[in-house]
Amino acid sequence: MVEAAPWLVLVLPAMLAVATIGVVTFDAALAARAAGRPESLAVSASVPFREAARLLVGQRRTTLAADGVLWRAGVITLPVAALSAALVLPLGTASVADLAVGVVWFNAMEILAWAAVWLAGWGPNSAFSLVGGYRFVAQGLAYELPHMFALITAATAAGTLRIGGIVEAQADLWFVVWMPVAFVVYLLSAAAMAFWGPFDAPVGRELAGGAAAELSGVDRLLFLGGRRLLLVVAAAMAVPLFLGGGGGPLLPAWLWTLLKTAAVLAAVVWLGRRFPTVRMERFMEVAWMVLIPLTILQALVVSLVVLVR
Amino acid sequence: MTAVLFWVFGIGAVVTGFLVFRLDSMAQVTFALLASFLFVAGEVVLLGLGYLGVVIILMMVMEMVIMAVFMIMYMMNPAGLMPMAMYHNKRGSMLISVGTFVALAAGIIVVDWPARSGRPPADTTYALGESLMGPQMLTMMTLGFVLFATILATVLLATSRGRYDRLGDDLRAPRADDPVRGGIGR
Amino acid sequence: MTLELFLLLAAGLFAIGLYGALSQQSVVMLMMGLELMLNGVIVAAAAFWYYVAPANADGQVLIIVVITAMAVEMAAGFAVVTAIFRARDVDMTDMAADLAG
Repeated sequence: MVEAAPWLVLVLPAMLAVATIGVVTFDAALAARAAGRPESLAVSASVPFREAARLLVGQRRTTLAADGVLWRAGVITLPVAALSAALVLPLGTASVADLAVGVVWFNAMEILAWAAVWLAGWGPNSAFSLVGGYRFVAQGLAYELPHMFALITAATAAGTLRIGGIVEAQADLWFVVWMPVAFVVYLLSAAAMAFWGPFDAPVGRELAGGAAAELSGVDRLLFLGGRRLLLVVAAAMAVPLFLGGGGGPLLPAWLWTLLKTAAVLAAVVWLGRRFPTVRMERFMEVAWMVLIPLTILQALVVSLVVLVR
Repeated sequence: MTAVLFWVFGIGAVVTGFLVFRLDSMAQVTFALLASFLFVAGEVVLLGLGYLGVVIILMMVMEMVIMAVFMIMYMMNPAGLMPMAMYHNKRGSMLISVGTFVALAAGIIVVDWPARSGRPPADTTYALGESLMGPQMLTMMTLGFVLFATILATVLLATSRGRYDRLGDDLRAPRADDPVRGGIGR
Repeated sequence: MTLELFLLLAAGLFAIGLYGALSQQSVVMLMMGLELMLNGVIVAAAAFWYYVAPANADGQVLIIVVITAMAVEMAAGFAVVTAIFRARDVDMTDMAADLAG
């Protein structure tokens, strides 16, 4: 049902860019409302363009004894990782490449974000950015195993690692209905992998911007834009994995995909504004002591259901 | 096309592997090793093992990021700001390694390798899974035990505080006494 | 792209790793040499699977074992370095040559 469509490689970045602009707009509107100055949609929608223009014109900062190669590599890896992970993202019934190991490919590409944020923190030879990079590695160790178990649960229920196969297996019943724990853990890990919302300690305000502290100009645009792009791709991947892909009664498959993705993204962005930042050590203990047993139990339940079916 | 990719990945793996021992900055050394692993994963994918190639990418990126943390912790010149040469027995080890390579290459070229028997299955991932759950179940169990033992051993080696330091002499303290408090309290 | 070429690549990686494992003073760099050697073993195992016995999955199982061995070795190595650093404040192999203490 999901076939590979290489022409999508031109359309997909444009759609992801539109979604990223939407994320920035919604986030700016929520921020203005939280600050007590609610602004109109037009003003919020101009925020991404204004920020992008400002950053494109801005000067790149250079620091003393910076590790240039690693710094630039880290900054460029974050958007590249997001785009590579989007290779297996289906839009309705077409994805750029329906790899036979799509789930593992998605996981591997968003692991590149670990390397990207650490490199961006190490590169400029600055204490605050290095602390931000280390915070992201700690956070990564915490969210990664629950994330992998959630992915394994969806793949086990479908019996295949192909994202198209997982979409096809949800033709009768969406996975979110009988594996809600995996869905919630996946959304939390999607926010954590893009260091968004309650997991934004790596770029926290008490670190003067953390891993993004010394970035300016086009580097900052690439890094923070890449972060939001990764959030969009991770939230969009929840749709074929748990919410049935393009399935739905009246509208065509691609429209359903867009609607579901918009709903998930709105929920994740709202979540980011709703809760304060969680500290690394607390999240680490919660992730290892609570989330991993829960996801393993969920995987056990799903495996038993698959065996009995 | 695959021949071009083979040469690109192969030369890339060897060059970045050698750079690991030539660069000054420890962080660059770690990521040169990561690049070598990524090229090897490309070679494995070229041989038709898609799942294993992607798993190598996944695991090696995670491993190298964690290794970078340890490199910065333990090496005295992490940013390469001073030229550093920390070798011992340089000539001897170079002789041994070149000698090993010559011996292995001679063996590779001279030995009469057996012909191919059979064809790759249609779904190599499924074949791997079936094999691990069936004929190679012993391997699977051994790997499971080894990983569990490693987790236990590394945690025990690395922490300097035990249960009695954390929870009091009769293990009955209501809240664990950690220098960094976790999120649950145990 | 024959079996011999893949095995030569594997031998090259193994030799470079051996050079690193023998010549480096720091424990962490020595472990990097070991990882490169295991890298070579992975290429050799994959090449043997494809060119000699592709019908059964034993070559793939060998690759899985080698990847696990890499992870285990790195974890154990770092734990040992941490423990020895705590005990004696050394991180060079030359100063850790005795088993006493």
